[in-house]
Amino acid sequence: MTPFTQHTGVAAPLMRSNVDTDAIIPSREMRTVSRSGLAAGLFAPWRYSDPDKRIDNPDFVMNQRPFRRASILLAGANFGCGSSREHAVWALVESGYRVIIAHSFATIFRNNAQRNGLLAIELGEEQIERLVRWISADPEARLLSVDLESCTVVHDPEQPAEVFSIDPVARDMLLNGLDEIGLTEQSLDRIDAFEAQDQIKRPWVYLERL
Amino acid sequence: MGIGRFIVATTLFDKLWQEHEVMTLSERQSLLYIDRIFLHERTGSVALDGLLERERSVRRREHAFCTMDHIVDTRPGRGDDTLMPSGRDFIVSTRHAAHETGIQLFDIADADQGIVHVISPELGIALPGLSLICPDSHTCTLGGLGALAWGVGSTEAEHALATSTLRVTRPETMRVLYTGRLAADVTAKDLILFTIRELSAGGGAGYAIEFAGPAVESLSVEARLTLCNMATELSAFTGIIAPDQKVMEYCSGRPYAPKDALWDGASRYWQSLRSDEAAVFDCERVINVSSLQPQLSWGTSPQHCIDWNATVPKLSDAHDADQAAAWERAQMYMGVKGGSPLSDYPIDAAFIGSCTNSRLSDLRAAADYLRRTGARVAKGVKALCVPGSGQVKRAAEAEGLHDVFLNAGFEWREPGCSMCFFAGGESFGDGVRVVSTTNRNFEGRQGLRVKTHIASPLTTVASACAGYLTADTPL
Ligand code: SF4
Repeated sequence: MTPFTQHTGVAAPLMRSNVDTDAIIPSREMRTVSRSGLAAGLFAPWRYSDPDKRIDNPDFVMNQRPFRRASILLAGANFGCGSSREHAVWALVESGYRVIIAHSFATIFRNNAQRNGLLAIELGEEQIERLVRWISADPEARLLSVDLESCTVVHDPEQPAEVFSIDPVARDMLLNGLDEIGLTEQSLDRIDAFEAQDQIKRPWVYLERL
Repeated sequence: MGIGRFIVATTLFDKLWQEHEVMTLSERQSLLYIDRIFLHERTGSVALDGLLERERSVRRREHAFCTMDHIVDTRPGRGDDTLMPSGRDFIVSTRHAAHETGIQLFDIADADQGIVHVISPELGIALPGLSLICPDSHTCTLGGLGALAWGVGSTEAEHALATSTLRVTRPETMRVLYTGRLAADVTAKDLILFTIRELSAGGGAGYAIEFAGPAVESLSVEARLTLCNMATELSAFTGIIAPDQKVMEYCSGRPYAPKDALWDGASRYWQSLRSDEAAVFDCERVINVSSLQPQLSWGTSPQHCIDWNATVPKLSDAHDADQAAAWERAQMYMGVKGGSPLSDYPIDAAFIGSCTNSRLSDLRAAADYLRRTGARVAKGVKALCVPGSGQVKRAAEAEGLHDVFLNAGFEWREPGCSMCFFAGGESFGDGVRVVSTTNRNFEGRQGLRVKTHIASPLTTVASACAGYLTADTPL
């Protein structure tokens, strides 16, 4: 996983709540068995006026000039609800997104993001509104800077940065780009010990070994 | 069991969490032991492929299972080919990966094949108190048995396959307590739709929700699965119901359930699984169900539900500008007007199926309506009945339910997810209006511009026969 320490980029405001993963990447856009080839399908129902012919919908924020190269997304509450498809995160990452700032996230989406080096930041509604207001005046030039060491989002240099909180383990894994499976494998002896005790306590859990 | 650990009053969820905790990782994060892993060909094969690519193996093959449900065709006479252009690739690569890793696969022609959340309780793979994950958000269904079950992403599933554990952030606990009694024509589906309407689509975010109260205890096990199925539509970590005698009877004798002495120990333990009397939840909600009406969705979020005979909300009734904007978008997409009754809207199609409502009791409820009223599907309405599993299909056919559906003008399908979601293959048609027993009415969920109204099997069959949205079901 690519480590995440600091990122500066154009931030696109998609200020809706309950943006579901069917909207982020519809099922019909998940055409292959692999984790890639998803970028063109990102937000297909909203981004294209005709998804089959790939005709852009000019009203959709990502089709507007500076936001075409956005790498930060601003959104409302409950971002990423619905289907557990990790393809939603893969499509965002493949499209160049590194950070999603939302009022809240659906749990599975947040976990999927974490495992793919996509930083999911929760901020208060007013804080997000402040960011959107500041960007809107000159979206081309007004970039957001996200720093995971100090857990801050820097915007208006005249204003204090917005501070966010994140689970310390999650932060550590992102900062170091750690492979989660590798990390857990270091505790295999603990897992073995757990099983040895558990087999006595809950023997019915353990099916015959194949 | 740590001495005195349960002296402190504990919730059911916290007991199951402690039982599966291998070690703590941080204040809120623990490494949890995963008892069962279920995969399907849509998101599960990616996890298996990831494992194979990194030359890792499945740590306990006997605890991992896979089914073909999402992409596989449900038309009679199906094989590996699907109407979805690359569907065959998913099926073939899943079969290959299951074979390579040596896990049990319920393949297309297998008698036990079906929708993952329908077959896992049916086969006794999901059991009370077990932790079970699947890269599928509706895994919370199994909370209906008292299992600790939740949906994960593909990478997390890969982690569980490789290590038999997951690193999980502990959610807070919520109890939704239902008081009063449900009317005869009101189902578990109506109960959960009403709950989402009350709590909102994000209302369960960060919580594991225990559903409790006399109205839940009176539900059959299958109805409890329906109730918990849509906990994810509250954005909850999961839903759970304390297992009782009904659940013991349901699980007993299932192929993967324990037998003999093991059964005795297990069922004794399972019946002890409940929240202590004095347990404190982080959040409590009370919902009286006595005057609950059948629910129908009018919009594009499961929280956009109303009593079947009420009118679509007017934008001027919205709490704030955000809500008004969301309602406006939803009404535009759905082609419905604020202030109008849902019976104003003719439907093009009706769908009975999905992990929410494709079990035998769901099919019986719909067939019973058809038998009782002698009604047929209205002219011009395409109606589908898709049993959730091979077992459900055979049991329904043994009772003659397939004839009831076929005679009334329904198609009778092979088991699978079918048109619960649109994968690019079979569809109801561009922009049509569908009444559906599924769980999601998101934009485009069932096809390009398709307008989905979610409801119970009873409301769905009544609408199919009326030709418009209704829950008028003469008893
Ligand atoms: S029936 Fe629908 S909701 Fe259930 S698992 Fe299949 S696609 Fe998902």
